[in-house]
Amino acid sequence: MKRFIGFIKKEFYHIFRDKRSLFILFGMPIAQILLFGFAVTNEINNVKVAIYDKANDVESLKLIQNISASQYFEIDKMIYDSSEIESIFKQGQVKAVLVFESDFAQKLTKENIANIQIITDATEPNTATTIINYIGAILQKYQAGLNKTIQMPYQIKAETRMLYNPELKSVFMFVPGVMTIILMLVSAMMTSISITREKEIGTMEILLVSPLKPSQVILGKVFPYIFLSIINAVVILLLGFFIFGMPMQGGFLLLGLESILFIVSALALGILISTISETQQTAMMISLMGLLLPVILLSGFIFPIASMPKALQIFSNIIPATWYIIILKGIMLKGVGIAILWKETLILFGMTLFFIVLSIKKYKIRLE
Amino acid sequence: MSISVKNISKSYGKVQAVNDISFEVKEGEIFGLIGPDGAGKTTLFRILTTLLLADSGTAEVDGKDMVADYIDIRNHVGYMPGRFSLYQDLSVEENLEFFATIFGTTIEENYDLIKDIYVQIEPFKKRRAGALSGGMKQKLALSCALIHKPKVLFLDEPTTGVDPVSRKEFWEMLKRLQQKGITILVSTPYMDEAALCDRIALMQDGLILEVDTPENISKRFPTKLYNVSTDNTYKLIQDLKSYDSMHSVFPFGEWVHYADENKKFRPIDLQDYLEDKEHTNINIEITEPTIEDTFMELSDY
Repeated sequence: MKRFIGFIKKEFYHIFRDKRSLFILFGMPIAQILLFGFAVTNEINNVKVAIYDKANDVESLKLIQNISASQYFEIDKMIYDSSEIESIFKQGQVKAVLVFESDFAQKLTKENIANIQIITDATEPNTATTIINYIGAILQKYQAGLNKTIQMPYQIKAETRMLYNPELKSVFMFVPGVMTIILMLVSAMMTSISITREKEIGTMEILLVSPLKPSQVILGKVFPYIFLSIINAVVILLLGFFIFGMPMQGGFLLLGLESILFIVSALALGILISTISETQQTAMMISLMGLLLPVILLSGFIFPIASMPKALQIFSNIIPATWYIIILKGIMLKGVGIAILWKETLILFGMTLFFIVLSIKKYKIRLE
Repeated sequence: MSISVKNISKSYGKVQAVNDISFEVKEGEIFGLIGPDGAGKTTLFRILTTLLLADSGTAEVDGKDMVADYIDIRNHVGYMPGRFSLYQDLSVEENLEFFATIFGTTIEENYDLIKDIYVQIEPFKKRRAGALSGGMKQKLALSCALIHKPKVLFLDEPTTGVDPVSRKEFWEMLKRLQQKGITILVSTPYMDEAALCDRIALMQDGLILEVDTPENISKRFPTKLYNVSTDNTYKLIQDLKSYDSMHSVFPFGEWVHYADENKKFRPIDLQDYLEDKEHTNINIEITEPTIEDTFMELSDY
């Protein structure tokens, strides 16, 4: 036990004396969560639009007012010639142009039909689609106001309700995602780097020729990172909770236990990586390419798994992060318990066990 | 026997690093493995410290089998790898404390063993190991390897890259450790250090050429040896090599060591030959062979 404590003490010296690992440990989670929370978002706010109002009558002006009154749009510019449209998009500031046909009000009242053209900058397809949907909604609402007095004979009215995330806040998606990434990064990458560093500087030779058992070396290596990962998880949750209003419907105990399970699986992956790489550089590359990319792209964090090609859908099943994200979202957003999440938990547990056994088997008691 | 090695072989792919080596080291002996880089010294060290498995052959360290009892061996030997292998970001004191802890002991408990060495670096005990000079790093590494009072000490090229004064001090320390009953297996590429060992093994290309005391090794040189010098050393070597009865020629410091095949060799004949070749300031004198001469002789350079 004394040996173990001595080893852990040494590990903490390493961590706290290396600015790079300190940054990855504590700077990264905060930077990532703020970045994803504020900058990387699918929501639109104050999007600049330009208006080409050929009609300039009472109805078109009312509509323009409605649009500029919404928090989503900001009228950047009025244009007076169709040739300007192209150049305005090329400048890149304006994301959409609304064109009202001439005699808009007259056509609306006399012919009962008037046209608005919505032109969007589809270099960012997601934003473009969202803009069209939002403007469409505003137009529909306006139209409904006009038709208030007229009762249509047959009507199907869709009442929609968005459960668990009524405002469709993307931060609800990012907090679990970022938490997964950070725990993966800290646990897997940092342990694999710290073990391969011993190999690289040659101290592994001395540790092997000592009474320390391989299990003691591994435990001593991973313990500090379990501890730091838990701190990180707490920091991310607090940031999500206080800055972004992330809900917490389920139990903290379950969340904590599931997170520890995920951390342990990531640590086992880290040990596994360290057994196959000789240098810190290789360990880092394998961690980034082999773990981080799949977590970001294939775990359902950003892109929905259901819309992936079949092969990738199958592949996403073998990523532990996929299951952890499902568990996290379940607990935080839906407030479900182990009764529902037992299947995901069992899969994650099985994977963790597999990685631990594999990494112990692959751990070398000699140099080759 | 403290260490006994029987027919150990080890190859990396096609390279035969250690080739059917056998030797024994007595208890309390300083035993030197002498040979150039690539002779297989480090591989042999790693095999004996249980870091590598030999392809064939057996070895015992302190009476324990290197394969079956590897955990036992690891508990009772001290090992100092060729490369400086301590934690550069830990201070001198922290390094020593760490190694004491993992060996289940404390600095105080075995202080008398490392005292002579440690007092020299103690003034810098708060300094990070990475900021120490080469000589001090070696002293710290030796202290760390000794902290658990090992029965056998393995030192792989401990003085490579260390200044001459520190090298001398280092060997004095080894002599003191020997008096405390520790068996020391040390490797070095420096022939002058070989003379300080009780017995040495000359190694080359994975083979042991000879095992004996340094004095006996020097005496193995088959013929008389001469120091030759002239004003033009480069031309001298060329000309000596083309002398009819030449046995061996190689530069040795400011001299050229020359040995002749002919038992009736007379220096005056060589003098005449060199004068014919327009050498000036010719000196030829008889000299005692050193370990290096024997090594060169045995390894046919």
